Amino acid sequence: MKSERVAAIAGVAESDLGETPGKTVLQLQAQAAKAALEDAGLTKDDVDAVFTAGNWAWSTTMMLAEYLGIRPRYTDGTNIGGSSFEAHVGHAVAGIRAGLFECALITYGSTQRSDRSRRRPMTGPQLTAQYELPYGLPTPVGAYALAAMRHMHQYGTTSEQLAEIAVATRKWAMMNEKAMMREPITIEDVLTSRWIAEPLHLLDCCLVTDGGGAVVVTSAEKARQIAKRPVWVLGHGETHTHNTIVNMPDLTVTGAVESGRRAFEMAGVRHEELDVVEIYDSFTITVLLTLEALGFCKPGEGGPFVSGQRTAPGGDFPMNTNGGGLSYCHPGMYGIFLLIEAVRQLRGECGSRQVKDAKLALVHGTGGVLSSTATVILGRD
Amino acid sequence: MPQPWPRPEVDSDSRPFWEGLKQGELRIQHCADCGRHIFYPRLLCPHCFSDRIEWVAASGRGSIYSYTVVHRAMGPFADEAPYIVAIVELEEGVRMMTRVVSPRDAVAIGRPVRVVFTQVDDALVLPFFEVTGEG
Repeated sequence: MKSERVAAIAGVAESDLGETPGKTVLQLQAQAAKAALEDAGLTKDDVDAVFTAGNWAWSTTMMLAEYLGIRPRYTDGTNIGGSSFEAHVGHAVAGIRAGLFECALITYGSTQRSDRSRRRPMTGPQLTAQYELPYGLPTPVGAYALAAMRHMHQYGTTSEQLAEIAVATRKWAMMNEKAMMREPITIEDVLTSRWIAEPLHLLDCCLVTDGGGAVVVTSAEKARQIAKRPVWVLGHGETHTHNTIVNMPDLTVTGAVESGRRAFEMAGVRHEELDVVEIYDSFTITVLLTLEALGFCKPGEGGPFVSGQRTAPGGDFPMNTNGGGLSYCHPGMYGIFLLIEAVRQLRGECGSRQVKDAKLALVHGTGGVLSSTATVILGRD
Repeated sequence: MPQPWPRPEVDSDSRPFWEGLKQGELRIQHCADCGRHIFYPRLLCPHCFSDRIEWVAASGRGSIYSYTVVHRAMGPFADEAPYIVAIVELEEGVRMMTRVVSPRDAVAIGRPVRVVFTQVDDALVLPFFEVTGEG
């Protein structure tokens, strides 16, 4: 590790998760923000930068900051889908490095399960969506199915290999009392669950839940003053390669190639030094493509890489240790929960699912239809 | 009552494309400077940023780049499933989303396809594709 200590994650928290009838997205974010600031040993008056992403307001940061009683000197509502929060961490570090602010509050909240909004059609002008909407591809699952089918064609990847990811992730969820799905599943269960969009089965797909989260990023100086062990942001990178799935240059290669390379370079760490990885798992194929693009294995070798329950508890590649979007929670844009789990692992707070002596973690978000990626590498002293 | 087929919101970028379909022509764009074809239509070439863009009729032939069989469909498509949505790569080098109307067993990545102009309701013609060989 050669990177400088510019900023650290000082506090993390979830709001209520699962099904939260009657709650609003503002309440969930307020809950999480209060708990994350308490976790950091800070108050809302310490916050001088706000970051959030969602489509619940014309200006999400203005509505949320007003609701919380915060007047920020820096505001960032970047919305690139599920990876927004990894991008926010990168932006927060850049802002702190530039001396623009000292304490960033990053939040997310969604009531999509209670609202039944997943199946509600999008509104707003179609613009470039007009060339895809008339064909009835279900979004986002259909786009990921197209990528999975292409990967299978090109490399011989199998449904069994994708199922390995779902099964291993469920084993982690069984050790997380906050996880929604905690019954064990087998590869056979995944393969016999009903088709959603071939080649993806129901159990290849993430949950649809409510939930919120918050992450507090502070300057190194502030981080050193607080009680808990600071978790340093060692490297970060982001990109987006396309908007709609037809425009993805290669359906088997995500932007993680770029965002990951930059994050590794900035952090000055090697793949084999990482103790735990938290990788966006909207679908099993999302994980497989990301492992390849980040360079954990060669293109096309993601299937063999995850085989034999390698990513499960006790395997040599601990991944998605909270049970992931596949089994723990997935309120639409899941990226903030990857950060929360990585920080808890690095602080040694994870109880029975704790990865022993975890010092270095990689967090990787994917947004849209494999459209955006953002990678963050975290470490403790 | 079945919901209406989702209607593209035609704009000044897309009008020649949608109008062409009604006349049995699959129109894409071509850059007069770098010589590459462009789809979807736009004001500038995304490869070289030239604004010397012209419309051309595509051959209507290509191959399947990827596809999925949709089993759980939403909204107006809910009762139609299963159906096949694909990304087709045209001979001209551009890709577009489409439906493949051939039987499931005939559909595979790499197979050659040709356009089938399909009147889906009173006012809308869509460029679906059918498989023409083993590839």
